[in-house]
Amino acid sequence: MDSSLRLDGKIAFVTGSTRGIGWATARVLAGAGATLAINGVSSQELLDQRVEEIRRDYSVPCVGFLANSTDLQAVQSCYAAVFQRFRRLDILVNNAGILRSGLLGMMQEGMIREVLETNTLGVIYHLQEASRLMARHRSGSIINMTSIFGLRGDEGHAVYSASKAAVVGLTLAAAKELGPKGVRVNAIAPGLIQTEMTDGIDETKLAGRVASIRLGRIGLPQEVANAALFLASDLSSYITGQILGVDGGMVL
Amino acid sequence: MFFIRKGEPSLTAEQKLKEAFIQAIGLPADTDFSTVRYGVTKNWDSVAHMQLIAEIENSFDIMLGTEQVIAMSSFEKAKELIASHGFEFTA
Repeated sequence: MDSSLRLDGKIAFVTGSTRGIGWATARVLAGAGATLAINGVSSQELLDQRVEEIRRDYSVPCVGFLANSTDLQAVQSCYAAVFQRFRRLDILVNNAGILRSGLLGMMQEGMIREVLETNTLGVIYHLQEASRLMARHRSGSIINMTSIFGLRGDEGHAVYSASKAAVVGLTLAAAKELGPKGVRVNAIAPGLIQTEMTDGIDETKLAGRVASIRLGRIGLPQEVANAALFLASDLSSYITGQILGVDGGMVL
Repeated sequence: MFFIRKGEPSLTAEQKLKEAFIQAIGLPADTDFSTVRYGVTKNWDSVAHMQLIAEIENSFDIMLGTEQVIAMSSFEKAKELIASHGFEFTA
């Protein structure tokens, strides 16, 4: 691996990292030598298993936090623990998110709140805490996970699209605010990626989606993770305030 | 890295705090710190405030909560907040 892609000695926190894109990202960063903090929300058992897998497969230190990103106190506790354990934070992959579908007239308030709180509020909480730890050392890279839906919108995903569009605005604003403090902030906008989120899409609709992708196939979590590694590494040292599409040339 | 906790010379904690204010806000060393207030003291704006927080956190090797960041509206309030992390200041 190019030495500029190595993350030895760096402390990385990947939220929503027990499955899907988050898990792939955790593995890629660990493979690059980063010390990891990972996070899940639903299962302590799965989280513990993931921590063990990282330690075993990559021989890097790894800690796990069971915490819901929508719970500010829980988020703050994560960063207090990171500070207590590692005294610094170099990389945040702000990935935790949920996908809910529904036409505009059929979305109940609870679902709207759930999506906005998880995908937007939770991302803000993490960015707020992580940036303060990073600013102390005047360096760091924050990678927010948005979506092609956040850039283009999608019927049946109005709230999800709104929640991810907010992440775009957040990324652009935070990059301006944190740049002078040495902290870079970018976002990744995945297209159609093979995860549990996409498993529920019916075959006809999925085929239609794939037909709109220039590369002619669905993407893999690893391919998003590779983009995260680039943005986390020194290879992207002069890149901030950018939204990187990882979508195979998908058209919406 | 060393820590100044209760029982150790308290003046040092105050000096460290003053130094953080001097560095972050650009105050002269002979400032009357009892009058230093956010939004009133020259140069202590929101940008300088976050720099001040970083200086304080590094100097004392602590992590302040968001509520504490917002509540730190004067030098005296800063002493109070830092004291809550186990540091001692004399009256």
